[in-house]
Amino acid sequence: MTATVPPKAPTFLGLPTAPRGVGHLRGDQSFPDAARGALRDGQLRANLGHATSTIRGKRARVVAEVPDWEQLRAAGKALKAATMARLDEHLEELERQVTARGGVVHWARDANEANEIVTRLVLATGAPEVVKVKSMATQEIGLNEALEAAGLDVFETDLAELIVQLGEDQPSHILVPAIHKNRAEIRAIFARTIPGVDPGLTDDPRRLAMAARQHLRERFLRARVAVSGANFAVAETGTLTVVESEGNGRMCLTLPETLITVMGIEKVVPTWRDLEVFLQLLPRSSTGERMNPYTSTWAGVTPGDGPQEFHLVLLDNGRTAVLADEVGREALHCIRCSACLNVCPVYERTGGHSYGSVYPGPIGAILSPQLTGVEDNASLPYASSLCGACFEVCPVAIDIPSILVHLRAEHVEAQQKPTAEGVAFAALARAMSHPRLWHLAQRAAGLGRLVSRGRPTLPNALPPPVSGWTRSRDLPTPPARTFVQQWTEEHGK
Amino acid sequence: MKVALFATCLVDTLTPSVAHATASLLQRLGHEVVVPTGQACCGQMHVNTGYRREAVGIVANHVRAFAGAEAIVAPSGSCVASVHHQQADVARRAGDEELARAAEELAGRTYELSQFLVDVLGVTDVGAYYPHRVTYHPTCHSLRLLKVGDRPYQLLRAVRGLELVELPGAEQCCGFGGTFAVKNADTSTAMLTDKMANVLSTHAEVCTAGDASCLLHIGGGLSRLRAGTRTVHLAEILASTEEAVSPQQSTEPSLSHPTTPTVTA
Repeated sequence: MTATVPPKAPTFLGLPTAPRGVGHLRGDQSFPDAARGALRDGQLRANLGHATSTIRGKRARVVAEVPDWEQLRAAGKALKAATMARLDEHLEELERQVTARGGVVHWARDANEANEIVTRLVLATGAPEVVKVKSMATQEIGLNEALEAAGLDVFETDLAELIVQLGEDQPSHILVPAIHKNRAEIRAIFARTIPGVDPGLTDDPRRLAMAARQHLRERFLRARVAVSGANFAVAETGTLTVVESEGNGRMCLTLPETLITVMGIEKVVPTWRDLEVFLQLLPRSSTGERMNPYTSTWAGVTPGDGPQEFHLVLLDNGRTAVLADEVGREALHCIRCSACLNVCPVYERTGGHSYGSVYPGPIGAILSPQLTGVEDNASLPYASSLCGACFEVCPVAIDIPSILVHLRAEHVEAQQKPTAEGVAFAALARAMSHPRLWHLAQRAAGLGRLVSRGRPTLPNALPPPVSGWTRSRDLPTPPARTFVQQWTEEHGK
Repeated sequence: MKVALFATCLVDTLTPSVAHATASLLQRLGHEVVVPTGQACCGQMHVNTGYRREAVGIVANHVRAFAGAEAIVAPSGSCVASVHHQQADVARRAGDEELARAAEELAGRTYELSQFLVDVLGVTDVGAYYPHRVTYHPTCHSLRLLKVGDRPYQLLRAVRGLELVELPGAEQCCGFGGTFAVKNADTSTAMLTDKMANVLSTHAEVCTAGDASCLLHIGGGLSRLRAGTRTVHLAEILASTEEAVSPQQSTEPSLSHPTTPTVTA
């Protein structure tokens, strides 16, 4: 967290972006600096390479068996675009329906407001602790820290989130937050942190799951308050939906007396029928399964069955600012499947922590800078080779590469003072706009051959920014004359 | 057909042999090749680095240089993709609707080499001879933006003497990414290392691709390792014949013959 930065609220087009000093959307290092360290971690590289290639293969197989996958993607994109166009109306309908079914709706402008609302609600119950369903929104706003600061104990119940919490670590993937850990490392965390754990615990996945189950079961049974996120909220019926694999989420959603759900405002869908599309797209894209094991849905409260008190916190935290950007707003269509992370060659090598935000990978590189304002995450739009693999797999066809390029321009255009790069690019643009200047510039580039002194490549040690290239790659000695020059001499104009 | 050759700024300045090969291939197939001298760059590097306002003049120059051409061919998937997917947007965002329409119209006549050969000219056997073990890296923009599909493979399979070996992990990016290679040099190098490991695992003599930029990256890494495998642009392979095959053909120019085309028509 960047506590040193004054918590002044940045804006985009006059709309507030996510405030500084709270939550996990900003890192302390730029992406290239953070990545440099991660790239040297051989164990991390091995864990990520193994995990992402496995899940890539699974996804590819189950997507290939759906004959109308492309139509489903188009439907998902169209539904999201139509919903965003009238987001205010859908949210108000959702509020009406949730309220009519006995729930209470709270509107949170940002992370601070959301944390304050949830903390107040939990304290009002008198419970000393909460159990949590895996949720990106609550990670985004740093809810655990806020609850702990109020003296409450917070227990993550998703297996991977539990590993991260026990290891005093940060999540590194949207779907599998502990993807950076292998089972030997997980065994070590459990052996060190779970009270009364079997001293003979091995790294057998089943044994590890049993240890976590025993640890969690006790907390489920005594929990009086649960906090969840939501994958979808159906406006017409006020229905919340959580999609998961382990069943731990369902324990939290059904056992406690009070349930508090924190949901980004973009998660609303207008009708129950819209789920038909998304519940096909999501599991195949995320875990590579035809169907996820647990899909929980609830609307308000039901006397005598499940939580008797239900609160829905609708979180903005910069989302309205994202919606105001006509190119970037597509990022709000994301259903958090993380297929783009799993295919991203950058993510596969650097891991999630390098992005400094709870939203890593390609989607994080377009979402985090928009939520915080691009200057607070200016290196993220550049953390991509623009290879386009993310766009290809996105279940709602978000054109991530185009948004990355758009955000790079937003960053460049936000500079108040001239930068060295900006001056160089402007000069090069001028040359490339006028053939005569361009030929002079090419001739100057050709003079680079003089430093080669007859060798086929330029020296390895050249000044920045060329050093960025030559540290690991040879650069050929430029020829004395360009192709156009040679051709013109041989063929005339 | 009269074909205007767009060499691309990188090939024109650093690897002229690729443009010479493209020209001689098209001439051998019976087409007239013209090289507009006003050409410079498509503007992609500026746009992709965030300088879309500065790119407007570059787009205007490109449109001016190729105005009136019947067909424009470039030995690059990436630059052609920029012509197709970026140029009009850049002009339109700057409020120059006239330039945007001219760019769109030009894009309709602009082809990547393998697409031009297979789709427009309808040839897969271009009569080439290249007696080497070759592996092909499908560059990201030719694969995902232009969707060239198996066209380069069709062309390579028809080359006499050429042994085509499959590249493991072929569709993973090599890590070039334009200014990404410098701004995120460490990550780019990590991606390159894995690409090179796959290339070397094929025991190919030559790694080819349709983009000189990606080959500059892969070739620069292989050269730094003093690996035996060299990079050669697809155009240079297709331009080779029994009379003019040269084992020295490379996207890396050599000082010994800087002005002589490695292949002559």
